[in-house]
Amino acid sequence: MDASLIVLALMDGASYAALLFVVALGLTLIFGVMRILNIAHGSLYAWGGYFAATLGLAITRFGLPSWLALPALFLAAIVIGSLLASVLEFTLLRRILDKDPILQLLVTFAAFMVLEDLQRLIWGVQPVFVSEVVNQFGTLEVAGVTYTRYQLLVLPAVAIAALIGLRWFLGRTAIGRQVTAVTHSREVAIAMGVNAQRVTWLTIALGGVLGALGGALASPTTSFTPGIGADMLVLSFAVVATAGLGQIGGAAIAALMIGMARSFSVYLLPEIEVLVPYLIMVAVLLVRPEGLFSSVAARRI
Amino acid sequence: MNRVLFSGLLAASMFLHGGASAQEKPAELKIGITTFTSGAASVFGVPAKAAAEMLIEDINKAGGIGGVKVTPIFIDEGIGGDKLLSEYRRVVQEQGVRTMLASISSGNCNTLAPVAEDLKVLNIMWDCGTEKILENKRYKYVVRTQANATTEMVATVLYLLKVRPDFKTIAVVNQDYAWGRDSAEIVLNTLKVLRPDVKVVAEMFPKVGASDFSTEISRLQALRPDVVLNTSWGGDLDTFVRQAGQRGLFKPTTTFVMPLIESSLERLGDAVPAGIIAGARGDHYWAHPETVNDAAHKDFVTRFRARTKSYPIYPAYHMAQALVGLKAGYEGALKANGGKWPAPEQVAQAMRSNKFKAYGRELSMREDGQSLEAQLLGVTKRDPKYPFAVIDKMVLVPAELVTPPVGQMSLEWIKGLRPDMARLLGTEQFKTHDFK
Amino acid sequence: MRTATLVSLVAVLVLAVLGVSLSMPWLKTPVLMAISHGLAVTGIIVLIRAGQVSFGHAMYACVSGYAVAFLGRAFHLDTLWLVVLGTMVSIAAAALIGVFMVRYRGIFFGMLNLAFSMVLFSVLGKFGGLTGGTDGLRFDRPAFAGFVMEREDFETALLGLGLVLAVGGGVLVMRYFGGVNGQCLAALKTNETRLEYLGISAKRVFWGGYVLSATLCGLGGTLFALTQGLVTPDMGYWVRSGELVFIAILGGSGHALGAFIGAFVFEFVKLYAASLLTGAWQLALGIVLIVMVFVAPKGLYGLLVRRCKPPEPKARAVRKNVVKEVVA
Repeated sequence: MDASLIVLALMDGASYAALLFVVALGLTLIFGVMRILNIAHGSLYAWGGYFAATLGLAITRFGLPSWLALPALFLAAIVIGSLLASVLEFTLLRRILDKDPILQLLVTFAAFMVLEDLQRLIWGVQPVFVSEVVNQFGTLEVAGVTYTRYQLLVLPAVAIAALIGLRWFLGRTAIGRQVTAVTHSREVAIAMGVNAQRVTWLTIALGGVLGALGGALASPTTSFTPGIGADMLVLSFAVVATAGLGQIGGAAIAALMIGMARSFSVYLLPEIEVLVPYLIMVAVLLVRPEGLFSSVAARRI
Repeated sequence: MNRVLFSGLLAASMFLHGGASAQEKPAELKIGITTFTSGAASVFGVPAKAAAEMLIEDINKAGGIGGVKVTPIFIDEGIGGDKLLSEYRRVVQEQGVRTMLASISSGNCNTLAPVAEDLKVLNIMWDCGTEKILENKRYKYVVRTQANATTEMVATVLYLLKVRPDFKTIAVVNQDYAWGRDSAEIVLNTLKVLRPDVKVVAEMFPKVGASDFSTEISRLQALRPDVVLNTSWGGDLDTFVRQAGQRGLFKPTTTFVMPLIESSLERLGDAVPAGIIAGARGDHYWAHPETVNDAAHKDFVTRFRARTKSYPIYPAYHMAQALVGLKAGYEGALKANGGKWPAPEQVAQAMRSNKFKAYGRELSMREDGQSLEAQLLGVTKRDPKYPFAVIDKMVLVPAELVTPPVGQMSLEWIKGLRPDMARLLGTEQFKTHDFK
Repeated sequence: MRTATLVSLVAVLVLAVLGVSLSMPWLKTPVLMAISHGLAVTGIIVLIRAGQVSFGHAMYACVSGYAVAFLGRAFHLDTLWLVVLGTMVSIAAAALIGVFMVRYRGIFFGMLNLAFSMVLFSVLGKFGGLTGGTDGLRFDRPAFAGFVMEREDFETALLGLGLVLAVGGGVLVMRYFGGVNGQCLAALKTNETRLEYLGISAKRVFWGGYVLSATLCGLGGTLFALTQGLVTPDMGYWVRSGELVFIAILGGSGHALGAFIGAFVFEFVKLYAASLLTGAWQLALGIVLIVMVFVAPKGLYGLLVRRCKPPEPKARAVRKNVVKEVVA
């Protein structure tokens, strides 16, 4: 495999990883603060994408200026992500905090099923696709291959911005520190006067926005059809498990690993492309069950 | 287990459901139709259901089949193979339905064909393309009212060789499931015989429902093949076409062959460039050169558009063929029976000896249940009158030329093709029709 | 629930199932599916007793199903042999995977199982030459105990076998729960460290429980494959594993009977919802589950137990009141 193909594989892997990272980030945030793996996160991705496509279609239909297309994606993600996540938090997540972990998982699984069907009832079964944004940014050539600026520049830029932004938020702002506190130990945080319920809601809304953002960013290049949420969910699961639950920087690295491994396999051995994320997950979990980057926690007796 | 009591119970229950009698005319002719009304393949299933409802209304307005009203019962293939199996049997055994149209998915056809044979109900494979079912076993109750994958793919290769006779390299990007794999196998094997010098530079099978083909597209750009084959459909095809367009993959030096793109043309609109070799899985298209001015066809297209706000695509036409074939079969069997209501196997037998015509050329069914359907192939073109691409330079390939004879397996037959077939479509007898 | 009540309840249910299935032949297929799911869920409740949940156990049903398909196609074995051999393949797989798996608890256990099952799912889908790809493998109806049968009789025979396996499996699991190994398994949930202090290897106990759960899933898988005559990679998809856990909670994870009650309710709701509410059956089931978790976390079996509870003798009630007053 010569140098130019390696460069190509790296480019493809990076843009795929960027999307994966944004979605996985939302999942890992919600787990951190609630200790619940939110299976309905897959629906957030799907709804984010569908809603972004709807907004995009509305922009063309109502003749609004086309430069609105990119901000519309973010708007869609913020609106639908925070709305849906808040509804989930209020109706379900808040009320299952003290239940058996198995029941918690199942409730989010049930929520996922409900949202899948609702999504189908709202948007139907035809593939939905709005690609104005990508065309606006144009293309550029690397090693003789044409890439869209959107996938090569915009997506990684958003992912990096999300990473840095979140790090800053969690480490430098008052609310961010409260989130970190609640993630680390809920009881102690409450004892210190933190309004854990509000902080939890905020974090879940943020996680929801990230999940929906992944979908919104994917919508200009991908056709959204029923079932797309389930596939993205299990992939982001693989990223989160490999990185370690609640690890943010780790999720970026895990997403890159999986993205790169996938794109390299398409060039070298296309048959194993689907297997690669799960093989990585198995390999990592067998060696380090808490994930690559998690801190070792003391065992409670 | 007391077999006498058991069979007695069975007979009693069948009698109670009143469907087994082959003598008196039933109050209504119930037909079970499996189609995808959920999931990715519903892009096919929903238009087909609309066509079925429309055409059955027509049939009933004209007096029904043999004077009996037709009632469809729709089953969603999207519920999954095992649930579908249960539903199929429930519809047959609980509701007493003796005529079934199944299915779109080749996997479901595979599961249901032997069940239909066991249950002794007429099963019309109305859309699935797998050639293996009727080639591997002789069925009494299972028939197909359209062509199969071999016919479609071999005709596609012939058309490709007409459009681009001297290409040297080909790459394949197909969905990773039976259809994607089988269609690639047929095409590549046919090329091995007709153009053994062609090099296959890549075979990529992304999974069904893949949302991102950027790596595959990068690889195609790096390899620069002369021809790219993509037999995907639905969301996968849409995504591929759009992403390929965005990345500038549609260059004049590369010929794309997309046999299933007819079903996506309207939805994709501007995203489809001119010059793609397009197939429609058979002898139908809303602008079919031989029937575009037929009153019946025009009426069908107009009413379908009024009902569904889009042009009919091949699943709708396949449904039409199945219903027309069914009607012809029942009428033929009634005549042969002297007016007594026929049993399912009599209808199946009649379908094998009666020709039928939907909105393309006339179709005939062979003794193994496989129908002979011509194949329409063409090249996409942009026409200012329409907001989406249309198919131009259409050629109709007769089925007899591209279908293995009864009793021969497809791959065997392909190996025995004569290499000079490569130039077949260039000869005088095949007219190229422009889009009108 | 008292033993007598339980036994009579089981007997009534078995007879009801037999009666209904024989009078309406098309019901045999969904009933067989329900029984096979019930068996698999019985395996899940073994794990739940240890406080663990696996989101990948459908892979053991998948593995045994494919084993049945391969053996059926290659050697045309008898049904009973297929069931035994298919299950043994699952046992072997679980014994091997279990050696690694038992080191993990909680969410990591669930995720590692998920990962393994997704690897299997992807492999089965990809290597179509061997496995039939995403369309799966068909195999011809095998003989049953030496008799070659038509579809109707074969299904009746399978139904009989299924009921025997269901009752047998349920009894086996309940006796396991009551025995030393089962009690140790339950201790994994409550306090694993104390178990180790007692000198009992938690890992070994868990391994035993894991293999038992996989055996039951494998049994369910063979029955499923034989009923359908077809195996597909979907049998091992993560959503299937999720459905098994769903059924466990729906039916009640405390008792094997709950597993079967849950499986039947699930199967039939799915069947009728699919035909009546096409496109919204997931919605219906999701809402049912959420309601169940809040209203009846012990599942349908839990509700049944509450209704069948024998009335408390008066003397005990009086003493309770006395104690309450003293403490208050």
